[in-house]
Amino acid sequence: MQKLYSNITQIAGDVITLEAENVGNMELAQVMTKRGTSLAQVIRLDGKKVFLQVFAGSRGISTGDKVRFLGHPMRIPTGKTLLGRIFNGSGKPLDNGPELTDNLIDIGGPPVNPVKRIIPNKMIRTGIPMIDLFNSLVESQKLPIFSIAGEPYNELLARIATQAEVDIIILGGIGLKYDDYLFFRDTLEEHGALSHSIVFMHTAADPIVECLLVPDISLAVAENFALEGKRVLVLLTDMSNFCDALKVISITMEQIPSNRGYPGDLYSQLAARYEKAVDFDTAGSITILAATTMPGDDVTHPIPDNTGYITEGQFYLKNGVIEPFGSLSRLKQQVNAKTRDDHRTIMDTMIQLFAAYRETLEKRAMGFQMSAWDIKLLNYGKLFEDKMMSLKVNIPLERALDLGWEILHDCFLPEETGIKKSIIDQYWPK
Amino acid sequence: MTGPRKGRITKISGNMVTVSFDSPVMQNEVAYILHGAERLKSEIVRVRGNLAEMQVYEATSGLKIGEEVEFSGELLSVELGPGMLGQIFDGLQNPLPDLAKQCGFFLKRGIYIEALSDTQTWDFTPLVTPGDRVRAGDKIGFVVEKIFKHYCMVPFFLQGNFEVVSIENAGKFTLHQAVAQIKDLNGKIFPVYLSQNWPVKIPIRAYAEKLKPDEPLVTKMRLIDTLFPVARGGTYCIPGPFGSGKTVLQQLISRHADVDVVVIAACGERAGEVVETLKTFPAIIDPRTNRPLSDRTVIICNTSSMPVAARESSVYTAVTIAEYYRQMGLHVLLLADSTSRWAQAMREMSGRLEEIPGEEAFPAYLESHIASFYERAGMVRLYGGSIGSITIGGAVSPAGGNFEEPVTQATLKVVGAFHGLSRSRSDGRRYPAIDPLISWSKYKSFIDEKQKERGHGILRRGNDVVQMMKVIGEEGTSLSDYIDYLKAEFFDFVYLQQNAYDVVDEATPKDRQIYVFDFIHRILESEFTFEDKDTALHFFQQLRQLFKEWNSAPWRSKEFEKAENEINVLLLERLKKG
Repeated sequence: MQKLYSNITQIAGDVITLEAENVGNMELAQVMTKRGTSLAQVIRLDGKKVFLQVFAGSRGISTGDKVRFLGHPMRIPTGKTLLGRIFNGSGKPLDNGPELTDNLIDIGGPPVNPVKRIIPNKMIRTGIPMIDLFNSLVESQKLPIFSIAGEPYNELLARIATQAEVDIIILGGIGLKYDDYLFFRDTLEEHGALSHSIVFMHTAADPIVECLLVPDISLAVAENFALEGKRVLVLLTDMSNFCDALKVISITMEQIPSNRGYPGDLYSQLAARYEKAVDFDTAGSITILAATTMPGDDVTHPIPDNTGYITEGQFYLKNGVIEPFGSLSRLKQQVNAKTRDDHRTIMDTMIQLFAAYRETLEKRAMGFQMSAWDIKLLNYGKLFEDKMMSLKVNIPLERALDLGWEILHDCFLPEETGIKKSIIDQYWPK
Repeated sequence: MTGPRKGRITKISGNMVTVSFDSPVMQNEVAYILHGAERLKSEIVRVRGNLAEMQVYEATSGLKIGEEVEFSGELLSVELGPGMLGQIFDGLQNPLPDLAKQCGFFLKRGIYIEALSDTQTWDFTPLVTPGDRVRAGDKIGFVVEKIFKHYCMVPFFLQGNFEVVSIENAGKFTLHQAVAQIKDLNGKIFPVYLSQNWPVKIPIRAYAEKLKPDEPLVTKMRLIDTLFPVARGGTYCIPGPFGSGKTVLQQLISRHADVDVVVIAACGERAGEVVETLKTFPAIIDPRTNRPLSDRTVIICNTSSMPVAARESSVYTAVTIAEYYRQMGLHVLLLADSTSRWAQAMREMSGRLEEIPGEEAFPAYLESHIASFYERAGMVRLYGGSIGSITIGGAVSPAGGNFEEPVTQATLKVVGAFHGLSRSRSDGRRYPAIDPLISWSKYKSFIDEKQKERGHGILRRGNDVVQMMKVIGEEGTSLSDYIDYLKAEFFDFVYLQQNAYDVVDEATPKDRQIYVFDFIHRILESEFTFEDKDTALHFFQQLRQLFKEWNSAPWRSKEFEKAENEINVLLLERLKKG
């Protein structure tokens, strides 16, 4: 039995300080209060002083409460028994099922040796042309969905999850609204996906610090399955809440903030999570899709900015559609050469023309006369928005490519597209 | 002797550990934390009273107050010798493939492996005889490493003149067998090995003089070589917001640049990008040497999820290895991606040390650290008379894509060329997304200066017309202005933009650049007359398409001539009409 300590000397924010000995950095502790027991983690050691971040929040903690150190870092059960289960942010069951204690593993394990990774090469088909055709999603990719409150990012995540061909789906909810949680649960159930899903759910009503564990828990479980050869898709929503929790803790710890109050190590903190996405040499893979709401729709805000530098591209969800500009899948070139040989041509050409269309829209908005070329572009842009961009469209890639040629043919002469002659000869609809 | 000096942990905050000690310690000394069976490498970064603050190169979870620390008495060093080419090291020079063999999928903390194998033997050929006068950096013999004669040099730390006492005959040696003995003026004997150690934060200066970089380094990227060239021994930076193509650009340059050795420092960036380099390079044949690209490449890889402190040292490890190859009279290119992550690592450390922060919480010494890093580039004349160079290209990832931020600004002060990437160009799929309107270079291009100016001029002119058209509309723009705009767009599309996924277009050799640029220059100079704007637009669209064909045709091939002829026919037709 571990020794109990009861000399809490400071309570500030969700961090409590007490005096104890022989405590390891990052070790877990239990804080026993009148209202129940909460987990806490050591975040700093200074002489005898131990700083604990209390996951259930410090509200109601008395200086006389007892603290027990568990002698190990945060652990989480793993394995098949988790499938179909729903847990809270600290891994406790939310679904009336039994508590699990099998195959406990440490969360936040060491990074993967880069030489044991392979170059990602498998496309994940989603049936959404804006993804499949223009920004293909690739197994082991880490990709955020940049959006703002009110946009259907959770719907998009759920749709990708239910259509993607993966072995296991892990959903990590971070500060999620309760309705959104129910929406995810029901959608997974409707599509028969719940039996191969695991949900770690931290809702907006739960203590804010608890959400810090969700990405680590989700990814530790995912990593365990991936090592067994499974292809795992991890959905995290919303990572902005995670960053805000980091901010709260770092300010409580009196760290010098770097940018708009966020800690200087925000990049490293996010990277430690996102970099868990991997395609293992001789084992499975982890793909991460993470909703990130941008405060004030500002992509230069530290959260989306740091995220964008870490992830392998991003999807911008704006006005209910995936915006072609700014959206990018950095790994698409690994897969889109092998689909059909006109894939890249259609992708580049349609986007370049769409950019020209946007310019024409601006011109029109300013009341300028439309040239013959402008009118062609306007016609093209309309078709593109209706037939390609709308999230209602659900067609396989090959159909989307054919559709691309049809749209180009309907709007332009071959030489106006800037496409190489050899490809025009092969594909231009007669 | 009383064994190693020791200390004890008194404070742990993130990866910063404070240690109390009672015997002398050295700034930047390497120390090991003894945690059970693990030995965690750390470096002293500040000493106050009898407390030393150390950055730990590993995760600090589980460490306890009172645990023992062993001081090594050495600065953070790398081992320099044959066996580095084609290798992949972490920021502390641990070979990652060997770590994978020992530990599997993950990087277990506290495991350190010799950077260079001490069992492998090398065929040594001597170059000096007893009695010869030598000094630091002089070549006393060589071994063959992949594509080069890898010279064995007199240790760089030795000062003054030495005499060779003995030298081994040609034969096989390991790195730790002495191949020669030399003595100084007082008769003190020093052994010389195939490898030597050097502290990473101190530049190697065993050369006669540093020269002015004025010879262009051909990167085969048209936009760079023609408009914003880089010189051998020069420095350049590539700042750009995320998604603007920094890394793709760096990868292309690492493949095609005309240098002997490429050192890639993947510093705090995505592991996936390093994986791409390390898995594809062995399969790509370098046309210059007919050997795999990996044979001329050293990768230092400290990706974003690896410990932050090691990220800080990884750029120094990389530049020290580059300096070592320069000492052999080779031309080295060091690509650091990204220097912003390195700066952030400094910021994290500075924050933990509770130093008074400068702008955006970066430490006040940010600028001087960046300057002294880039200053390690340069072309040098070695004592033997041969020339070696290090060219440094640093990617910068400015927060929010804003070039006003401290890291970009500090970098711009010290580099010789600035390749600024812009979001609007990358959104328009105009790659490479280097913005010709904001970029600059102080180096000389191999393109005729006047032609180059004219090319740059038409881009500025085109931009002026674009700005004007935004106000007065296309209908209000005069035909001659509109033609200038079309010329600028044409120049951009067919010359500045390069398709990285087209085997021919991705790299344009020097001769072809000179030839094609001259051709385009003639078009830009030509006076075309058109009936109206639509005809003009249509003509340039046709021209653009033919040029695309031309760009994909191998240099001096049949297709190349055919495409050129088609362009000439179209041009003649047009000029006749006019």
